Amino acid sequence: MKEVFVRLDRCLGCKSCEMACAVEHSAAKSLFSAVSEKPRPVRRVYVEMAEGQKMPLVCRHCEDAPCVAVCRTGAMVQDPVTGIVDRIQENCVGCWMCAMVCPYGVIGRHTEVRMAVKCDRCKSLDVPACVAACPTGTLIFATQREFVEMMRKEAAARIAREAKGLAKA
Amino acid sequence: MSKDVRERSIDPASQDMLDLCQRAGLETAWDRLEKQQPQCGFGELGLCCRNCNMGPCRIDPFGEGANKGVCGATADIIVARNLIRMIAAGAAAHSDHGRGVAHTFKLVSEGKAPSYQVKDQAKMERLMEEYGVESQMALAEAIMAEFGRQEGPIRFTRRAPAKRVELWEKLGIDPRGIDREIVEIMHRTHIGVDNDPVNLILQGLRASIADGWGGSMIATELQDVLFGTPTPTFSEANLGVLEPNKVNIIVHGHEPLLSEMIVAAAAEQEMVDLAKKEGAVGINVAGMCCTGNEVLMRHGVPVAGNFLQQELAVATGAVEAMVVDIQCIMPALGALAGCFHTKFISTSPKAKFPGATHMEFHEETAMQTAKAIVETAVLNYANRNQAKIHIPNVKTKCMVGFSVEAIVSALGGSLDPLLGAIKSGAIRGLGAVVGCNNPKIVHDWGHVNLVKELIKKDVLVVTTGCNALACAKAGLLLPEAADMAGEGLKGVCKALGVPPVLHMGSCVDISRILVAAAAIANALGVDISDLPAAGAAPEWMSEKAVSIGAYVVSSGVFTVLGTVPPVLGSPAVAGLLTSGARDVVGAAFAVECDPFKAASLMIDHIESQRRKLGL
Repeated sequence: MKEVFVRLDRCLGCKSCEMACAVEHSAAKSLFSAVSEKPRPVRRVYVEMAEGQKMPLVCRHCEDAPCVAVCRTGAMVQDPVTGIVDRIQENCVGCWMCAMVCPYGVIGRHTEVRMAVKCDRCKSLDVPACVAACPTGTLIFATQREFVEMMRKEAAARIAREAKGLAKA
Repeated sequence: MSKDVRERSIDPASQDMLDLCQRAGLETAWDRLEKQQPQCGFGELGLCCRNCNMGPCRIDPFGEGANKGVCGATADIIVARNLIRMIAAGAAAHSDHGRGVAHTFKLVSEGKAPSYQVKDQAKMERLMEEYGVESQMALAEAIMAEFGRQEGPIRFTRRAPAKRVELWEKLGIDPRGIDREIVEIMHRTHIGVDNDPVNLILQGLRASIADGWGGSMIATELQDVLFGTPTPTFSEANLGVLEPNKVNIIVHGHEPLLSEMIVAAAAEQEMVDLAKKEGAVGINVAGMCCTGNEVLMRHGVPVAGNFLQQELAVATGAVEAMVVDIQCIMPALGALAGCFHTKFISTSPKAKFPGATHMEFHEETAMQTAKAIVETAVLNYANRNQAKIHIPNVKTKCMVGFSVEAIVSALGGSLDPLLGAIKSGAIRGLGAVVGCNNPKIVHDWGHVNLVKELIKKDVLVVTTGCNALACAKAGLLLPEAADMAGEGLKGVCKALGVPPVLHMGSCVDISRILVAAAAIANALGVDISDLPAAGAAPEWMSEKAVSIGAYVVSSGVFTVLGTVPPVLGSPAVAGLLTSGARDVVGAAFAVECDPFKAASLMIDHIESQRRKLGL
């Protein structure tokens, strides 16, 4: 399964992911129309700044997700095959248990209605809108194997460069 | 990964070259636009402010995040400030071009620019009368003084109908000087100065009027004095004007100051002889963008294309020199020219480029520099790589050079026949279609379709800039194009032997359209905002276009924009521009990317104006 990964050293804090997420979750799916839509489109990804580091936070779709476990109305559900955690709109009563237990704080709320909103991994798209919008490659949509392989190759290249540098010195 | 070139341009010559570029791995603006996707939403909405270093600040258009910048500026303030900074840049570009021409005129008056002469004495005398001065030198000084004027009025603004001038005075937007209004925008948009969106926009309008009825008009008028007022002439347009066996020199940018000299130098026998010695059969100067328009309408110099064709021209491999002055010159040309034998030659101290050879041009030594440039091009002919040459076999004849004076002359000496045709309804009204190319719109698709729709409905079109060149390539600037027009317009065009689309020049020559609109309004005893007229910029992209749009609307002409300006982050500013302005200056903007729908908006407006006039 592909997941949304974050390359932590790359985020410039441009918030393109937030913008694209809100637009993808609007009725019109176009920026120029979305800005005047009611109810207002809501983003599901959040760019935060901590310890001098900019960082996009998006639902990790955890195994045995705590938000699903605590949901008393069956609004928060996890697909047994894909592992994607989604929210069934009609079932949500806005009790915010999910928001309280989410370790990443990525359960938001609808602006006009008392209802939780969260990443649905843009099921109708091949690549989630936030990933497609990221201009620096901070957000990567890949399987865990692909992602760590990429990280390994980058690490190997870095080590190789350093080793060459040492040999020269 | 081959892109469908038909999704990039409707022009067959450009499609041919785009196909070649893809196969050769040559990058163009279309590829770079793709690599920029998705573009920053804050920028698209005008919601990013970089005016001070407490920022950069952004306003969340969806209302969840920040709704104010660090200083407290709201979306309305930020959008208004950003918009009028665009106007300042556009007005500065046009006006600094005008200043350059005025400076040359002054040097000519002082006898310090031997390469130039006054070519239109009668026009100069009319200007002297308008300024109430007795000598050429006094005229030069009076016009130069317009830039630094402090308390107004700028003389040419008084060419507008009296009602329009009164309105500007009443609104406090009658410009006091050209530079002053641009400077005041920069002051007002500095942190902590003007924070009233309406007050900001009004200053934007004032600076834009100083452009259209000031800087741009000065450029047009003095270019006519120095190089001759255009009269109808025939030429050819598109990349097919490049010649396989001649030294090809492209003059690109906006000013005719240097290109006029290049055209003259290339015609000199010693240069032609040198070209023959180098193995070419002669020298072919071709234009590009507005420099192209300037030499096209004064000398019938063929034009290789509009803004988005500058890279495609180099990619033909047949260009010995791409000679540029100022504005709308892509810095990408340097790297691209490096793939060919093409010499990319910059000439203005104001405009240097990576990968360019700089051969600086000064009025005092204009002809020497022009000759040196032509010689460089000629000597470069031997470096051509025949294997890389591909010139699309596409060019179209065009009739160009309809200055206001030429239009009046074509009408038999007065505007009456045109007014008669408008009153009778044979011509429903006037459409001014202008502006750039923008790869966000399929190249020339917006221009050509909008113009075709207008003439079909008997709207006489006047055109400048990159729209004019799109029309030229599409065969719309020919008397025969009258067959594409409605019956009424067709009859008028056939009777006068003119095209249904009149080429009025470069982008500073939109000032000619203003002069024509004022003359028609005065003849009818109404304001410009009462005329059955509408404007459009179907493929606009530059800050100059923002200034143009602002002065056209300030002058009372409803204007349709074909790409979305960065103002939608503020519903208040967007509303002011698209409807509120009607109650203030008698005209407003509309945004419509579809040229067919844009034409309908213009035609509906023209018909409603006719009804109001009782026509």
